[in-house]
Order: sequence, then C-alpha cells, then structure tokens
Amino acid sequence: MCLGMPAKVLSVSGKRARADFGGAIREINISLVEVKPEDYVVVHAGYAIEVISPEEADQTLALWRELVSGIPVSDEVERRA
Amino acid sequence: MIEAALDRLRSLKVSLTLMHVCGTQQDTLVRFGLAPLLRSAGVTIRQGPGCPVCVTPSSEYAEMIALCDAGLTGLVFGDAARVPTRNGSLLDARARGDDVRIVYGIDDAIRLAGETERECVMMGIGLETTAATTAAAALEGLPENFSILPCYRRTPPAVAAILDSGEIHLDGLIEPGHVSAIVGCKPWVPIAEKHHLPHVVAGFEPLDLLIAVLMIAQQRLEGRGEVENEYRRVVRWEGNERALEDIATVFGVQDAYWRGLATIPESGLALRPEFEALDARYRYAEVIEGAPPPEEETTGCRCGEVLRGLIESQECTLFGRACTPDHPLGPCMVSTEGSCQIAFKYGS
Repeated sequence: MCLGMPAKVLSVSGKRARADFGGAIREINISLVEVKPEDYVVVHAGYAIEVISPEEADQTLALWRELVSGIPVSDEVERRA
Repeated sequence: MIEAALDRLRSLKVSLTLMHVCGTQQDTLVRFGLAPLLRSAGVTIRQGPGCPVCVTPSSEYAEMIALCDAGLTGLVFGDAARVPTRNGSLLDARARGDDVRIVYGIDDAIRLAGETERECVMMGIGLETTAATTAAAALEGLPENFSILPCYRRTPPAVAAILDSGEIHLDGLIEPGHVSAIVGCKPWVPIAEKHHLPHVVAGFEPLDLLIAVLMIAQQRLEGRGEVENEYRRVVRWEGNERALEDIATVFGVQDAYWRGLATIPESGLALRPEFEALDARYRYAEVIEGAPPPEEETTGCRCGEVLRGLIESQECTLFGRACTPDHPLGPCMVSTEGSCQIAFKYGS
C-alpha cells in the first residue's frame, strides 16, 4: 500500500512519537527514521517511513515551476542512468 | 499550476502510454479527473500490479481463513478481509464465528494480541513499505502469542516482469513514491537501462503526477531512458537505509506468484529461518497444509488483465453489473487500491 499520511512530530519517546495529522494526534512508531519535534514525516501503517525535507520541498516547487514554464531542466534534478 | 502543467504537456505534442504501479496514484488520477485530461494531451496511463491486496493469490487468503477456522485470532487489513475466495472471505469467516479483527498496522495488531490469551496471526500483505514496518516490529520483539503469515511482495521484479513480457507497449514508468521511499531510486535503474525507458519516481498529489508525466515526456523528446526523482521531498536516491537493513535482517527473497501475472522470480519476501518462530506457515504447518488448493478465477473476472495494464476496468463485462464494491467478484473491486473499485467509486 502506498498510502502514507503526512504528520508533524510533536514529541519523541524512544521508538515512539506523538504526531499531529492535521488535527488528530496519534502515536506513531519512529523505528525507521531519525526525527525530532517539529519534523514532518510520512506515516504508513502506523510507522514513519521517511522524514519530509523542507529544503527538498522548496526545490521541488522550483523544479515544478521550471518544468511547467518550459525552461530546460536544471542540474538540481537528480538524473542518473 | 495544474492548468499550466497540462498546457505545457499539450505543447509538447506527445503520444505516450505510461504505466504506474500504485493504487494511491491511480486514485489521484481518477478522483481528480486527471486521466481524461492527460488522454486529451496525448498521454494514456495504465495501472499495473501495484495493489498488494489484489496480487496476493487466493491460496494465501485461504491459508489465513484456515488459520482462523482453526481458532486463531486473525488480524488483517480491512480490504484483505473482504477478498472473496471459493469458501468466502475472511469477513464471511467472522460471520460464522471466527475471530477476525481489522487492523491498520502491525503495532495495532500487536496491541490487540497483548489484550488476549488467544494465538494471533497477522496476514502480512503488502509491498516493501509495509514489509519494512513488520521487519522493524519483528526486531523490536513480538509477543509470544503473535505470528505473521508473510505475503509480502517486491515491486521492482514485478515492473521488470511486465516490461519483459512485452505484452504492453510502454513509453515510460511512473514509480511509486512510498515504495521508493523505502527502496530508493536505485532498483529502477537496471530496468530503465534494459528497456531504455524513462522511470520517474512520483508522489501522490495531482501535481506530482502531472510533473512526473512532464518529466517522462521531456526524457522521451531528448531520447533519454533514465531514472529521475520527482518526489525528492520524501524519496532519497539510496532509500531508507535503516528500513532496508531491517528488511534484509528479517526477510529473505524468494519466488512468488502474483495473481493475474505469474510466478515472478525473487519477488516475494519470506521470514528468515532465525525468525521461523514468528512464521505462521512454520508454526501452524498442519493447518496451512490443510488449506484448500489454489482456485480458478471467477468466470469472466478479468482482474489479471487489469493488473497487467491491458484493459481498463470498464472493459470487463462484470464491472458495475455482477461485480461492484458491495458484491465484488475479484480483488480489483475489493481493494481501495484496486483499479475497479477506484473506477466504480468515482463513476464516469
């Protein structure tokens, strides 16, 4: 299942954390990530599977604007063969 | 920005057939009306076998039902509980007295197991994303009365099998964002190289998917067949190394049968011998052996062709008639990630 919900980490306690899913606060398991309060994570089946990177989110917005405007894709895009 | 992205795509004047392998991405494409908009811009997107509930064969549901019939408490995801087999679904088993509980994840399942003396078994359906959560839980330690029926499958071998079969002509692949958050972008590279096709790892918002299509179109125009990461705010090239380590510690790779496809080599995850005490197939071997043998698909059910991206759900004559979410005949209609339920839910 791909379904993953974004949530903001409120507090951390060992392998668990309290996270805010946009109003609903639930306990999540953070065994798979390194997080601290204020971090945003993607949660799948009760586990945080990755931290959402604000820097990468900003770069994504810049990438989207570039692509949509038709300007050739910059070197910021990870491109590997 | 969505309009701008579509305008940009139209200006490229492409004609592409793409595949993705993620129920959540399909939901976005259909729910927001993106599929017809993309078609009008020259892009057809098919859903491939990215619905774990759909591709788990009925024999594994039968094993789970057998365990519940034998008196275990069965812990399953909601969709899985509704998949029909010749002897009914897990929910039907509950109706005749079996103890079947719906869970949303393994922590949830472990909590339930802690509240009962009964032997509990969780049906381990999922791809790498879900397998990672089970691996983490197994390493943390599971209750004595808890075991897993592993049904986990690996996505890259299925994508490779679809392309290798040559059954469907594809111009590019959209790879699933959260599976890729776990496995990274690397597993897609050999596939991209072999077929010289663009692969773009994408997120789940409408704009994520539109941008991924644009990135593929751009690659095609430039004659490239590379792996790119649209979902970089979540997916790292190397993936989640801790999750991958946990998976490798707990699971070994084996061949697995994918409903509607075939047996795909090295596409399944099995608990390693060190963890056999957690493995319901080992712990309850006699019950498992007594489970009904694999069964034929319902006559007329075309889930297999849907899962291989060969037909749209609407092309199955059972769709919306004999087969609806209320009385599904095949898994694609049962699961929220199945093409048929998604098509039915949002109507057309």
